[in-house]
This record gives sequence, structure tokens and C-alpha cells, in this order.
Amino acid sequence: MSYLEQNIRTIPTGLSKALYFNWPLALLLTAVACTGFLMLYSVSGGEIERWAQPQIIRFALGMGVMIFMAFIPINFWREISAFAYIFGIALLVAVPYIGETRGGAQRWIDLKFMTLQPSELMKVAVVMVLALYYDWLDERRVSRPFWVALPILLILLPTFLVLGQPDLGTALLIMAGGAIVMFIAGVSFWYFGIAILSIVLLVTGVFASKDTEYQMLKDYQYKRIETFLDPSSDPLGSGYHITQSKIALGSGGLTGRGFMQGTQQRLNFLPEKHTDFIFTTLGEEFGFVGGIVLLALYGLILIFCYVSALSNRDRFGSLVTIGVGTTFFFYFAVNMSMVMGLAPVVGVPLPLVSYGGSAMMVLLIAFGLVQSAHVHRPR
Amino acid sequence: MGKKTMKRPVKPGRLRQMLTRRTILLAGMQAGIIGTLGVQMRRIAVEQNQSFRLLAEENRVNIRLIPPVRGLVFDRLGKPLAYNEPNYKIDMVREQSGDPETVLRRLATIIPISEQDITSALEEMSKRRGFVPVTVAEDLDWEHIAAVSANAPALPGITPELGHYRIYPQADDFAHILGFVGPVSDYDLSQTDDDDPLLLIPRFQIGKNGVERRIEKPLRGKSGVKRIEVNSIGRVMRVLGREESQPGANVQLTIDNRLQRYAMERLGKESAAAVVMDIRNGDIVTMASAPSFDPNKFVRGISTTDWNALNTDIYKPMLNKAVTGTYPPGSTFKMVTALAALKGGFVKPEDKVYCGGFLELHNRRFHCWRRGGHGKVNLHDSLKKSCDVYYYEISQEVGIENISAMAKELGIGVEHELELPAVREGLAPTKEWKKQRRDADWVIGDTLNASIGQGFVLASPMQLAVMTARIASGTKISPRLVNAIDNRPHPVKGREPLDIDPAHLDAVRKGMYGVVNERGGTAGGSRIRKEGWDMAGKTGTSQVRFITKEERARGVIRNSDLPWERRDHALFVAYAPADNPRFSISVVVEHGGGGSAVAAPIARDIMLEALELSEDMDYRSLPTDVRAGRERPDDKA
Repeated sequence: MSYLEQNIRTIPTGLSKALYFNWPLALLLTAVACTGFLMLYSVSGGEIERWAQPQIIRFALGMGVMIFMAFIPINFWREISAFAYIFGIALLVAVPYIGETRGGAQRWIDLKFMTLQPSELMKVAVVMVLALYYDWLDERRVSRPFWVALPILLILLPTFLVLGQPDLGTALLIMAGGAIVMFIAGVSFWYFGIAILSIVLLVTGVFASKDTEYQMLKDYQYKRIETFLDPSSDPLGSGYHITQSKIALGSGGLTGRGFMQGTQQRLNFLPEKHTDFIFTTLGEEFGFVGGIVLLALYGLILIFCYVSALSNRDRFGSLVTIGVGTTFFFYFAVNMSMVMGLAPVVGVPLPLVSYGGSAMMVLLIAFGLVQSAHVHRPR
Repeated sequence: MGKKTMKRPVKPGRLRQMLTRRTILLAGMQAGIIGTLGVQMRRIAVEQNQSFRLLAEENRVNIRLIPPVRGLVFDRLGKPLAYNEPNYKIDMVREQSGDPETVLRRLATIIPISEQDITSALEEMSKRRGFVPVTVAEDLDWEHIAAVSANAPALPGITPELGHYRIYPQADDFAHILGFVGPVSDYDLSQTDDDDPLLLIPRFQIGKNGVERRIEKPLRGKSGVKRIEVNSIGRVMRVLGREESQPGANVQLTIDNRLQRYAMERLGKESAAAVVMDIRNGDIVTMASAPSFDPNKFVRGISTTDWNALNTDIYKPMLNKAVTGTYPPGSTFKMVTALAALKGGFVKPEDKVYCGGFLELHNRRFHCWRRGGHGKVNLHDSLKKSCDVYYYEISQEVGIENISAMAKELGIGVEHELELPAVREGLAPTKEWKKQRRDADWVIGDTLNASIGQGFVLASPMQLAVMTARIASGTKISPRLVNAIDNRPHPVKGREPLDIDPAHLDAVRKGMYGVVNERGGTAGGSRIRKEGWDMAGKTGTSQVRFITKEERARGVIRNSDLPWERRDHALFVAYAPADNPRFSISVVVEHGGGGSAVAAPIARDIMLEALELSEDMDYRSLPTDVRAGRERPDDKA
């Protein structure tokens, strides 16, 4: 049975592909994005033009891109995976020369119509290239040291480039996303045990290097970690973020103060109230219930991803879908942990809700891959 | 790669199973984390809701005090003695300024502030907590304030404020009565049990002396409260509520500013005090203490040089000598001894005593001021000529207890309630007092000294004026300094008659009349010759040193040959008009020499002025157009 025959029999063609979209997933993404619009509208104090409107336009654009990508066969995306990765690395290397410096870090490339964060793009590219690698790799070689070392290099290269920007949060997400794809692909548990051990050693090393010539992180990053461990030590400095965000979340109660009734963000007690800390607004205005609803929406998105991956017999499609889902999971898990004081403050946005072009575009591109894999999955 | 995968689109077998298993494992772990997030969310939002809500409220609402405008002080004629002028100043909050020094240097290019101002402002800021506003410049022009406001974005933490200066237009003349205001100090806070939050405002002005201090609470007023919503950098977003402050009460004193000024001028450069009291109601019309100082200097922060000059001056300009200075009253006390003797029936006015220049008692000689003696003197002559021996003689029978009781009846050695700090009681000594305070028995010599107002007896100029007013009026009239606070009048106290036979008072009054108006009277030179304005008085010269036998044998050194601080005090008390008393006066010139030569002329001049002004001395209602500085810029906020 040739691939062509199978295609004809089971894979939809033309516009009829639309019928085979993962519509529930698209609806869930839209629902989350709409929550974001509401929050941005509220945070701006009722000025729709400030944040909500650009965000809506970007989302519409992103949805367009996602649908367009879904129509393109997954094989095409498989083909360009390696190029996407190389292109991403090239951009990362180029950022120090052509990038813009914001907040002490070089992360952005100005594309005139929008700013691009190559590190965001890299999250998807790493997932794609690893999925491609394991799709190609022979079953028996998966846990062989050489064949394990190769993908590790593929992960570490962009990780260190991003770390050098410096952007600890994104670097960790890239690493975690790649590791999960390796895990799902069937790499032996032993490697993960060793990896975790070496991470522990690395963290120890990073802290030991503090205040020496070989200091590996920026002072503010150390401070953030220290503050996370004891936020009260510096309530008006770095601990301010965590304390203030907990105050905003905590003052919401069960059902919140009501839409547009939040006070903390509007009065600027929260830094980055429209980006990384937007969840606090949701918590303050819609309370525990609002937070749980958003969490449930995120959970459902994951479920639809994983169900699609498990029903997909194409290894590349499965791996990409799980990799994207997991990356998505890391986004909101890290962001929410940070906002609720469970993790140090690392600059990770709340996916589809936080204001920002790059992250939303990249996420919708990633879900475009997921949709494409879903539409074109061998049944 | 592409071709290979195209050929094997589906990888069945072990890896496929592993993918499914591991995906389920992964999803399970993720579900666990999501669950944890949900639990944490519940903990923060639901379980700890109360405490976070409270914190949020604190974040949002800031309570700011609106300082009240201090009440004004007027004299009896409605002339303002203390009012407020707007003072444009610049406050700085360290927390909000980032780098205070850079900001201050930038500020220095806009408004005139010296290097020293910058240094002291930085020092002050480092001492206080970061959010406390510190005044970096004051007394600015409106143009400067406007310039600072225009440059606000470049000057973080800097806010123009409208404060108030206390102005004392009469300057030196009222320094001792009004006192002055100054910024509340740590010492002030430790001394008071006042828990008014206004006192915690840095540089909040409170009364430091005089009436300003004693009527502090009514003058201060009540603070208002502004509940404002602020954002994280303290910027005011909106005013949530406002409770206006209540301006302090306006105070009207009993003083006549014209007479006060006249008295201050008349005392001149002497170290002296003069008190003029309205006999009919106890109003203190004038209370002068010289030399004086300018209280305005204290309001704006007195320089070290000025401060040292005030403190090292042997004339003690800071001291309100009228109530805080106590002096041996000398011969002005003789009315007390005389009345005590008459009351006890020990003498009759016509009884005569022989004065040979001294009285010898227990081998000790008690001298009369006149070495040759006065011959035979009765009560009238004893006052007129101020014979000491007469009083030595009668006091032995009267006894110190009766004299002391009479002194208290007339207002010496008792407390008078005046709205001034450090109002001294003086001293009307008794045997028990000496036993307790000096651990010694009372001897007859003490009584003799006390009988002529020497020894232990002490009285303030204000008490002497009260004594004279009581003798003149026959009532227990008490002094008043404050006529009304916010138009609520203070009552007149002491309208009840003295516990003294009017005939006795009359005899003493006649003697006092003689002092000024009869041939041989000790104050004959200070007679008021205007018909119906006759003055009755009594001179006094009180020694501040003990004259030894040897010294006396060599011949008493003339006062003018002694160093200033060892010279006699010159005193004079009087009332006028003699037949229908209106005012009593007391004048004490420290180390001035003789009462008749130095104090009496001053008293006469002031009395004349008082009588001339008396036609036009009724209380007037307070003007309403005086600047109280009630307009405040942040009313607009």
C-alpha cells in the first residue's frame, strides 16, 4: 500500500480539510484569547486602543496563519523543519547585531510591522527539529549514547544563545520543550536521571560562581531567585513583584471584585501588569473562579492536543503535537507559578492572554502545526 | 530524510507503545501541576483573602492629614498680633527621588538654594524614613514654584507645597506674651502626652513659648483627613474622601498694643518689667519685659549667633520678667505688713513708733534706709516716708504667719492662672516653709526682714500689680490675659471683697497717696499733676546683697559704684486715679538703684499713657479680613 493510495483514501483534500480541523482546539484557543482581550481592556482602564485592540488584530492574524498552515500538508512542515531550526539559530546569532535592547536584554528584531523575538520562534523550531530527528531515527538507536548526544546538542545550542541575551525564562522553556520531545520519543529513563542530576550540579555551580569572576548569571537573576526563596527579604525591591501580585490575586476572593473593578493593576502596583502579570488582574477581578476557569481551558487545550497526538499514527505529527502542547503547558505553568509565588520571577508570558506580538504569533504558528498534523493524520 | 519518512509514515511497534505510555505519564504529571496551581490559587484567593484584601486596601488608600491653619491672636482693640503668611516651599521625598543629590543639583539650577541647603537637606533625608517629606527650600516666590512645577518630570520626588509662616507684626513688643511657634522636636514629643497625629508631621509648627504654647491646642485647630487613592509610586490618582480641617481658634488678649508698645519703649534698655492691670476686671493691659527679642527670628529658624547672643546676655532677654522674674518686693511690701498689723489689731493707724535710724534686737542692728531716722512716725508717715523701723517694730507683734496670710490674700506667694508658661508663685514665707525648705528654725530677724519685703519674700511684677489692684479696689480681683477664645469670653475672677476692713484699706491708701502727692513722700518727684488723675503708689528698693557690719562702718558704698548685678532693684507700685482707681501698675527695674529715682518715673509715664488711652480701650470685635492663610493649593486636588 503506497503512501499515495493511503492519502487518497483517508486524508481530506481541498477545502473539505476545514471539516477535519480540530475545531474544539481552535475554539478553546479563541476562548483563552478572548479572556486575554477582556483583561487587557480592564488593565488599560477601559481604553480599547491601548492593548486590547492590537492584541485582537494580532490574534485574528495569528488565527489566519494557523488555518492557512492547517491546510498545508504536515509533510511540508516536516520538510522545512531543519531549515526552520537553522533559520532560528541564524536569527539568534544575528540578534546582538541587529536586535533592539529592551530592559537590559537583546531579544527583539524590529520587522517594522511587528517586533520579532527569535527566542520565541526557537521554541517551536527546536520541537520541530527534534520531532524530525526522532521520526527519522531508527527505532533501535534511540537510546544509544551518540544518538542521544546529537539531539542534546540541538537543544543546547539555542539554549545557550538565548541565555546569552540574556533570557533565562525562554532558555529554560526551550530546554524543557526539547527534553520532553526526547522523553516522548522513547529515550531511556537513565539519561533523564543523569540530566536531572547534572542540572542539580549546574545550579549548585551557578550559585557557587556568584560574586566571582566567573559569575554565570546576571545579578538581577540571582536576586530574583533569592527573592523567590524569601520574598519578604526585599519587599520593595525584587520581592515587590511577588508580594504585589499575591496581594492582587489574594484580594479577589472567591468570585473577585468584578470586571473592571480591580484596583491593584490599574494603580500600577503591579509591574508588567499587561504582560507577565496579567493573571493577577484576572484573579482580582474574577477571583478564584475566574482563575480556575482559565486553568481548565488550558487543561482542555492540552487534552485535545494529546488526544490528537495519540490518535495520530504519524510519528512526526505526534511528536510535534505533544511538543507544542508541552511547551504551551510550560508557558502557563511557569507564569502562574511565578505569579502565585511558587516559582521565581522569570519573564514568561501567560500564553494567549499576555500582551505581546511575538509570543502569540509563535504560539498560533505552533498550533498551526498541530492542526496540520491533525488534519493530515493517517487514520 | 524526507523520502525515508515518506516511505515509513507509520511506525508501529515498541516506540509507538512507549509514546502512548509516556504521553499519558506526562499528561498525568501535568495534571498534577495544574492541580497544584489550582490549590495554590485557592489558598491565596480564598483562604488568605482577608489579609490580602486588607493589604490591597492599604496599597490603594493613603490617608493624608490636612494640617489646620493656626488661629490668630489679637489684642483688645482687634489688632492682629500673630497671623499667618503663605510660605511657598519645596518638599522632597527621598524614596521617590531615586538619587536625591542629582535631583537637588538639578533643582538648584531652577531655584536659589545654596550648597549648604543641599547638604543639610540630604542629611535630614538620611535621618528620616524614606517616605517622609523633607523641606528643602522655603520662602520662595511664586515664579520659582511655577518653574519647579513646570519641570516636575525632571524632578522626581519634588513637590511644591504651601506652608504658612507665623508672623508677629509687633515683633519685640509681644515676644514674651505671645512666645513663638517652631517645628515640633523630638524633645517636645517626649514631653507631651498629646497624641495628635499632626505632631508627627516633620516641621509641624507648634507653640514653643508664651500664649502660643499655653493655648496651643485651641490655636492649633483640628486636622482634616484626605483619603486618597495612590499608585505604587505614590502618585495621587484621585481623592476618595475629604474631611476638612478646622482652623485654630482666634484668641483675643486683654493687652492694649499701644500701651504695650509705649511701655516697652519706656523701659528702654533697662532690664526691667512693667505690668498694668485694669482694676475693675483684672485685665492685664500691658505686660512688658525688657530687653526683648524678635520672635519672628525663631519662626524662620534662629541663627546660632543670634541664639548665643540671646542666651549669654546678662539681661536675660528670653525671660518674661513680668511673671517669671521674682524679686524681693522691698518697701512695696510694707502695705502687706501694715494691713496684717491693722487686721490683727496690733496697731491703730494713729499709733506712733520712734525711728532712730535703726532697731537693735538681740545684739543685731536692723537699719532704716535713712541713717538719721524719721523720728516719730505713724502708719501714714511710715508709708509716705517708707520708714523701715516702724515695720521692724510692729512686725514683732504681728508675726510672720499673719504677714504671710495677708500677702497671700493680696496675691503674693499664690498661683495666678495666666495663659503663660512659667508663671511663678513668688513666696510668702512661713515658719513651716523655712523648716521644710531650709531645715532651719524661723528667727525673729527673718520676720523683721520680711516686714520690709526683704529676706525670703519674693514677688513677681505681675503679683505686685495684683496686690496694688486689690488694695485699690478692695476686691480679690485676679489677673486676666485672655479675653476670649473664638469669641467665648473668659470670665472675670475675683469680684468678691477682700477679707479686710475697708477702714484699714483706706488708711493704707491714704499713705500711698501721700507717697506721691504729699511733701516728704518718697515718690514726690513722680506726681501726676493732672486734676483727677492723681496717682497713689509706693516705692521700693530691694537689696540683692547682704551689707556687713564692716562695710556699714566704712560707709555704705553708693549703688552706682557697685557692679550692675549687685546693685539694688528699683520698684514702684501705684494705682490711679487715686479717688476712682482704674489701673494698677508695677514697675521693677533690675539692679536699677532706687525705686523713687528709677522706677517711679517710668511707672508715672506709663500710667499717664494708660489713663490717656483709657477712653478708647474697650474691646473691639475681631476683624475678618486678616490673612489667616486659609487658601491652600491642594484644595484643588
